[in-house]
This record gives sequence, structure tokens and C-alpha cells, in this order.
Amino acid sequence: MNRRTVLETVKDIKSGKIRIKDLIQECIENIEKKDNTYNAFISLNKENAIDRAEKLQARLDAGEDIGILGGIPVAIKDNILVEGLKTTCGSKMLENYMAPYSATVINKLEENGAIIIGKTNMDEFAMGSTTKTSYYGETKNPVNIEYIPGGSSGGSATAIGTDMCMVSLGSDTGGSVRQPAAFCGLVGLKPTYGMVSRYGLVAYASSFDQIGPMGKTVEDVALTLQVIMGCDSKDSTSQFNLEKDYLSTLSKGVKGLKVGIPREFFTEDLEDSIKESVINAAKVLEDNGAIVEEINVGNTEYAVMAYYIIACAQASSNLARFDGVKYGYRSMNYESLGEMYDNTWKEGFGEEVRKRISLGEYVLSSGFYEEHYLKALKVRRLIWEEYEKHFEKYDLILSPVTKVSGIKLSDDVDSVKLYMDDLYTVSANLCGYPAISVPFGKNECGLPIGVQIMGKSFSEETILRAAFLLEQRNGD
Amino acid sequence: MRMNEYKMDIGLEIHIELSTDTKIFCKCSTQFGCEPNVNTCPVCTGMPGALPVLNKQAVRYAAAVGDALNCKINTISKFDRKNYYYPDNPQNYQITQFYTPICENGYLEIDTIDGKKNIGIREIHMEEDAGKLLHNDLKNVSFIDYNRAGVPLIEIVTMPDFSNGDEVTCFLEKLRLIIQYLQVSDCKLNEGSMRVDVNLSVRKKECEELGTRTEMKNLNSFRAIKRAIDNEASRQIEVLKNGGIIDMETRRWDDLKEESFVMRSKEEAKDYRYFPEPDLPMVYVDDAMLKDIELSKPQFRHEKNDYYINELKIPEYDAKLITLDYDMTVLFEETVKICDKPKNISNWLIGEANRILKEKEWDACDIKMSPKNFAMFVNMVSEGIINSNVAKVVFEKMFLEDINPEKYVEENGLKQNSDGEMIKKIVQDVINDNEQSVRDYKAGKDKAIGYLVGQVMKKAAGKANPKLVNELLLEELRKDM
Ligand SMILES: [Zn+2]
Repeated sequence: MNRRTVLETVKDIKSGKIRIKDLIQECIENIEKKDNTYNAFISLNKENAIDRAEKLQARLDAGEDIGILGGIPVAIKDNILVEGLKTTCGSKMLENYMAPYSATVINKLEENGAIIIGKTNMDEFAMGSTTKTSYYGETKNPVNIEYIPGGSSGGSATAIGTDMCMVSLGSDTGGSVRQPAAFCGLVGLKPTYGMVSRYGLVAYASSFDQIGPMGKTVEDVALTLQVIMGCDSKDSTSQFNLEKDYLSTLSKGVKGLKVGIPREFFTEDLEDSIKESVINAAKVLEDNGAIVEEINVGNTEYAVMAYYIIACAQASSNLARFDGVKYGYRSMNYESLGEMYDNTWKEGFGEEVRKRISLGEYVLSSGFYEEHYLKALKVRRLIWEEYEKHFEKYDLILSPVTKVSGIKLSDDVDSVKLYMDDLYTVSANLCGYPAISVPFGKNECGLPIGVQIMGKSFSEETILRAAFLLEQRNGD
Repeated sequence: MRMNEYKMDIGLEIHIELSTDTKIFCKCSTQFGCEPNVNTCPVCTGMPGALPVLNKQAVRYAAAVGDALNCKINTISKFDRKNYYYPDNPQNYQITQFYTPICENGYLEIDTIDGKKNIGIREIHMEEDAGKLLHNDLKNVSFIDYNRAGVPLIEIVTMPDFSNGDEVTCFLEKLRLIIQYLQVSDCKLNEGSMRVDVNLSVRKKECEELGTRTEMKNLNSFRAIKRAIDNEASRQIEVLKNGGIIDMETRRWDDLKEESFVMRSKEEAKDYRYFPEPDLPMVYVDDAMLKDIELSKPQFRHEKNDYYINELKIPEYDAKLITLDYDMTVLFEETVKICDKPKNISNWLIGEANRILKEKEWDACDIKMSPKNFAMFVNMVSEGIINSNVAKVVFEKMFLEDINPEKYVEENGLKQNSDGEMIKKIVQDVINDNEQSVRDYKAGKDKAIGYLVGQVMKKAAGKANPKLVNELLLEELRKDM
């Protein structure tokens, strides 16, 4: 399975070379063999998946069109609702929460023949970049089990890297799709804000959250994006409703495109091998007819601060519904309503989540709202204006995804340092831009490195083209 | 109460449930009185991953109220989140408009003993209602009904422009009529579709600055509002006279005990951590919507009143009474459309209809009678098919059960007897049996005719057409003169 792309597999399924059930069985065998070690999944959808494989096969054998992802096994981050499956968000709070409906992206995947294989591990409520804050244990990097897969969509990355599925969905609020893709040698895309419906994605920071596809190749990611994107009447912030065929333009190259590289991103603490990868990627783009120039994007630390203030503030409100009243965990230990709330909160949420909620409540409280939340919104606005100016001149912005190429599971990294590591990825979320992480180069230990290509809103086609080119030249 | 040294300043916060078909952020029904939690979905029960989608009808209704209250309607308004934990609030935040409401700076003119007065409207904003908690003290459990969660509300906030309870009542009655005429809410205090909180402070007459105010909740009728205002003013004056200070607090009115209790002190005031709702885009009220509101603007009370008096030619008294209730105007106008006898129709509404409403403690919206049957009835009466005594019986039956009057009269044999031959026979019998009276009449005692008519009616079991009886009787009596 590991050498086949989604497109080839779909073709082989159509021609009868591969039986859908065999493909699904292969995934399940891989899960049974490896997931004790890797812990990519929180829950599985085995019986349903096999049942669905048989039904799809029957329809196919009867000459029906089963969709552009017909028979493809897909893993779903456990903060996206699939009706009838548990949705835990990596938290004790939702340990037994059975989703009462399916997210719009799930309906779209299923309409196009995809088979949901299971729900993947993640940082609790997507708050983290290690997958270590999950209540369900840590996940291991498929390239080297001593390393973290990144996060928060770590399980979705590892599931692909270990051939437990072919593509997966993650969610990206500040880099949660791109960073694990970079760490695991995969392609991960955060689409433009509004391009993919958030209906059925458990909200972390509503202004930044975006569901994104992860896969082994740019083509796999482009194909999955095509299936899940589109305006949704259930999400008032969704806004894109054009039919797009990204596959047909992937190999168009980058000739004539203008690419900017932010000077400020080449900080002291950026790993040399990553710096080298970005420079090499710039050269490849240049060699293929793009014009590459250095640009200034201003003080990047403010971006991270603004990001965390807004994200935590929204999270404090979004997560308030997990109160033990209607569903999910409820403390056994209370005498009054207030105590029930307090103890449910303390016992149900992990430390990182509690920390971010408290921070969020603080920045919204009266007397602090203006100097924190409003100021953060203003900073966000300024950053957006700055980038908009660049996008008048440039088509793409090339940058690193991470500061280091790998973090060992045994390393205890300080959380403030982890926050600052989001430096390269948060701007796309602050401004709503699409950005992709594509593998390019390796470090001296053989760990993969990802480079990021960001574009203006709804420029996925251009981003995918550039990423496709880098993918072809990776390892040259 | 030693009011004369002091004066009151009162402002109102009025919540009104809009009568849209569906909730404000989902497609669930807003129907009142259903089984608990039937009208719910992932959105209005705060399920993870669910997102709000704004109901355009609610926006239109809110803007229409703003327009009727002379407000500036903001082309762009925004939603915010008000964060607080309570089980009737499924998300633990309420979506409301805190920073940029849909309407601002309006006024409503009321009549006071000192003449006309404008009451300022600070703002009107849209928000979602909460669910209802049902406590079972015996079993020590609570249940939640989310049917009401997400029902659209508008909150009308007035300036502290009222000087007494009468002005408040006058304002509220006028406001309720406007909103009922706009058909955006039924405004029932007892069912909670209109909820009024009273902010009240007192100050010495010569004092320029407003006093410290309290907020009064749980006011379930106009009478309770009036009582609570008088009571709270006295309480505050008493405190001040004794050298005390007024605490800025929220109080709860107990209408049975006729006193109020502290619900929440200033120290307990919550920090709602308002911030812009990220799940909803800005709300646009475009020219098309404004134009539509303008075009579909109904006749309000005074316009209807004038129209009834000048065009439909009904008495001023009738017009005033009918326009006091929107549902009554609908019944009146729909009936006039079918049967062009406005005066006869208003007569029945003012007389019998009002009598039955009072007796049953009903509102006009509870009247069962359809305009079609009512019109048929009015025609039957004026054509003499039934006489007035029978008519009252038929009217009540129709009012309560919407029976078809023709069918009912037919089936119950209540038709007025207009059979000339038959009545003539009775008349002759009566003349023969009452020689004395006949003689009296012929001798010039006109009064005697009344007695004779009564005798004929009696013999005809009350159903004889009185006009015909009169005619035939005179005809017979004059024969021999
Ligand atoms: Zn609903």
C-alpha cells in the first residue's frame, strides 16, 4: 500500500485489480499489528468499515459510480463528529460521548465513497503541538518511534505514516495539520478560512479553526481537499462555492510566480538543516522560473502573542459547554451546582486545557478586555494588512514550518517555548490564508523536514502547484 | 408615602419573544407548549461542533420594531457572546448584541396627565432565549427543557424617562399594541413572551443627578408592574429618609406578598466577559429589507381608529374599543370584508363579544368564531331570519365553538316565523280572544297594541317576526275602522 497513491488506488479499485475489502483488511491488519506501539487511534470503526467496503464493492460491481474516493480508507481526527462513533477530542471530558450527527466533511467524504476507518489521537481539544496532552496516551512518530509525531493532529499523521489509512483529516488552528505533517514526512494543508465547513468540528478557536487534509502526496491532499471543500449552509463562516479541479493544474509549474521569503523567520534558534531546506526549496522554485525575493513581515513575536490571546479567549467560551450537565463527564463529587461545575472542570479537563481556558477567561474579563483581547484583534488586523501588501506583489510566501526537525518523546519542552515554536504557522491562521507543509530535505539523523508555502486567500491552486514541484524535486 | 419631596426615574428593559416560525440560530420550531425537548437539535442544545445560522425573519422583525419606535436602524450590526454558567443555557454563553445592536436612539410618545411625553429608546438588540429548568423538590432532581432555548428575543432598553407607574403602564400598553399590530409577537406577560424588568431610582426634587437604581424582576402582569413600582419607590424613600443608602442590586418581586427581595447584590454582579461572536458574520439590514418593512407597515392604532370612524362610520366608542386589541381588529375587518355592515358588526363585538370575553377571562385571540360564520350571522339577524333573543343564544354558541349559524338555526328550529298566513291566523285568534284590548285600541289607546303584539309572540313561541306581527295586526285592526 505504501507506494500507491490515492488516485492509483481508486483506479485499481475501479478496474477490479484491488478489492475494497482487501484494502480495508490490510489497514485493519496494520492497525492490529502496529497500533499498540504507535497509538495513532483512539477508537476504530472496524465492523462498519468492512460492511461499508462490501456494500461499495457491490455497487461498483453493479456498474455504479462510487465516487472519486471510492473505497479509500480515511482516518479522522477525534474532534470531528462521525455519527455513531465516539468523539473524545482526546479528553476525559468526552470519554463516552457518542456523536449524534456527522460533520459536513464526513458526509462529503462518504458521499464520495471514502471509508472511515477510525478516530485518531490528538492533543486534548487540539491544544498542543505534541499529541502528548491527550488523555489517551502519547502517539509515536512513524519515521522514528523515539520522536513525537507533532500535534495536535499527531494521530492523523501517524496513521498515514504507518499505513493504517491512506489519507486523513486533521484540524489546524495554529499549525496543527502542518507541523505534524512536517515531523512525519507528509503533506498537510490548512485551507483558506471558510473553504471547508466547520460544522461538526469541535471548536477550539472559531476564528482560526480549519479542517485540513493530510496525505503522503500533494496529489492525495489535493484530491481530498476537492471532496471536503465548499460552502455549507450550516456554517455561516464558510464562503467558497466554486467547482475546482486542482489535480489538472498540479503539474503546471511555477514559472513567473513571485515568491517572498520573510527575513524575520531566519532566527537564531532555527535549525541549520531546516534553513538549508528552505534555501534549497527557494532555489528549486527559482530554477523553475519563479522569482524569489526576501521580504520583511515585521515583529513576529506579536503574531504569536495575538494568536494565543484570541485562541484562548475563544476557547474559554467554546469549551464552557462541557459542564457535566448535558453530556460527557460529570464529577461524582458535589453538593451544589457550583461545585458540580468546578469539580467536573477540574477532573474532566487536563492541565493544558485548564491553563488555556483560565488564560482566555482572564483576557476577556472586564478591565482586561480592551488591553488584551481588543489589542490582540488590532495586532491581527495589522498583520493581515502587512501580508495583504505583500500579496499585492507576491504570489507565495515560502518559509520553514518548524524551528526544529524533531522532538524526542522523552524531551520535556517548556510550554512557552512550544508556543513560540508556532511562529511560522500561526500567521496563516491569523489572516485566514491557505498554507501547506510539504516534505523537503532531511536532517542529519534522517528525520524529514517540511517547508511551508502560504498564499493569499483561496489561492490553493497555486500553493498546490508549487508544493507539487517541490515534492518532485525532494531528495534530488 | 411622602412622595412630594422626591421624584422617581424609571427605565425599562423589555424582552419580547419574536413569533418567527423557527428559532433564531437553527431550524427548530418555536411552538409553545410542546412536550419537553421536542423542538431541539444539536445547535440549540449546545452539542459540540454545532454552529449558529441566523434566521433572517428575526432580523426583519427586530428592524420593524425599531422602525415603529423611531429608531436608527444600523445597516451593520454584530453579535457577541455573553458568558455565564447556568444549566438552562446549553452553551453556557448567550448569543446577544452587546457592542453593536440592530437599532438605537428611538422614542415613543405617550399620553400623561401633563400632556404628551416622549420616552427615549436607548437600543433594541437581538438575542436568544434560554431553556427552562423544572425542579422536582420531592425527588431532589432538576430537568431541563430546551424547547425555548434559541427562541428569538428582542430586548428593548428605554432611557430612564418615566416619572411614575402610570406612564410605564401607558408606555407598555402602547408598545404591546404596536408589536401586536406588527404581528412580530403576541406579547403575553403571563406566558413569558413579554418580560419587563424595571430599573428605578428616586431623588430629591431639587437634585439634578439620578439616584442609585435597583433592578426589579419577576413582574408578570401590568398590575404587578404598577404595584412593584409604587412599593419600590416607597422602600427607597424610606431608606433615604432614615439616612441609609440604596444598594445597586437586583430584586425579585413577589406579587402575592406585595414586596420584593434581594436576588443579587452589586458584589455578586457577574462579569459576562463579552466578546464578538466568531461563528456569525455581521448582520446586514439592506435597503431592500428597509423598503419591505416600510411597504408592509400596518395601520397602527390611531390610523385604524380614524379609518373606522371616518370610512366605516362606526361610533368613536366602538372604534376605540375594537382597536385596543389587534386580534379584535382582524376579526372586525375580515367580517366587514364579507358582510358590509360595519355598524352591525361592531355592535356585536362591543356588546355580546366583550361580555363573553370578560366572563370567560379570554383574550380576543381565544375567540373561536370565524369571520365567515360571523358575517353569515349578522346577515341573518338583519334579514330577520332570527329575532334578537334567539340571536344572542346563537352568537354565544358561535363565539365559543364556531358553529355555522344557518345550520344551527335550521337544526334547532330557531328560525323566525315570517309565514304571513300563519301569523295572520294567530293575529285573528288574538283579536277574537281580546275584545277589550281591541276596543281600547279603537278608542284611541295606542298602548293596547303592545299587549296584542305580546300575545301574538307568545302564541308563536317567540319565533314570529315582530315586524310582520306589527304590520298584520294593524292591518286587521284597521279593517273594521
Ligand atoms: Zn434547534
